[in-house]
Amino acid sequence: MRPFRKRRRGGISATFEIGEAHLLANLAGQVVELLRDRNGAEESHADPLAAQLGMGGPSLPPDDPVLQRLLPDAYRDDADDAGEFRRFTERSLTSAKVANAETLIGSLVDGGLTFGQLPDELDDGDRVEVELDDAEVQAWLKALTDVRLSLAVRLGIETDDDAEQVSQSDDDATAAMSDIFEWLGYVQETLVAALD
Amino acid sequence: MSTTSPVEIAEPDVDHVVELEDPWVTIVWNDPVNLMSYVAYVFRTYFGFTDEKAHELMLEVHHDGKTVVSSGRREQMERHVQAMHEYGLWATLERQDA
Repeated sequence: MRPFRKRRRGGISATFEIGEAHLLANLAGQVVELLRDRNGAEESHADPLAAQLGMGGPSLPPDDPVLQRLLPDAYRDDADDAGEFRRFTERSLTSAKVANAETLIGSLVDGGLTFGQLPDELDDGDRVEVELDDAEVQAWLKALTDVRLSLAVRLGIETDDDAEQVSQSDDDATAAMSDIFEWLGYVQETLVAALD
Repeated sequence: MSTTSPVEIAEPDVDHVVELEDPWVTIVWNDPVNLMSYVAYVFRTYFGFTDEKAHELMLEVHHDGKTVVSSGRREQMERHVQAMHEYGLWATLERQDA
């Protein structure tokens, strides 16, 4: 990956290896699926006006711990207020998060990422160059955060020490996921730095 | 129809802002995932804090586990909390004296 940097003619750009681009799109796609499992695709609302007003959403927090982190309670010590707030806002928050993740995937596609190739059809030399305008930058920052939050929950990272611990895990799968988590942090760090 | 005016009227005390409702606060909580640079960026761009103030608030979250980033009407704090949740920051609102 060539990290994010400001372009002289405006916008922010970065270049990903083809495997990295696939990984990013795949992880963002998983966030979209999780959120849609919870709140359905937007066009499936029975009542478009109610959907637009943000009404009729669920009032109980999700069971899935990843969704709990992506869609947290707004009131800490008042389940009634938290439920009421959730009922009116969770669907629109979900839609915003889905749109951010889809924008991230769209930027990768614009940069040359294609789906459905067999691994042996991929050329290691292929690169995906993304160019982000201001709106896309916002979507990327938020979508990268949601992907990192999701991975952290699956890795069981609840404290700063946990992050350190999983990175040194003897379990290959955990260590691999931890590497991806660290790499996503690096991607986001370069994006934030490029905005200064 | 009344045309009478009071002979004497107390000047309103303009030095004190009258709160008709209990003020509410937006709290951002520490988490082990969000980057310090990103949290400061969100405070700067969303709330419009200076670099210095955003950095200071970010460090309060990091070291104290939480900090108040805004106070005011409940509806306004609810909007802030929802915005923070879209950014992926862990935020809640509560009454100021809670």
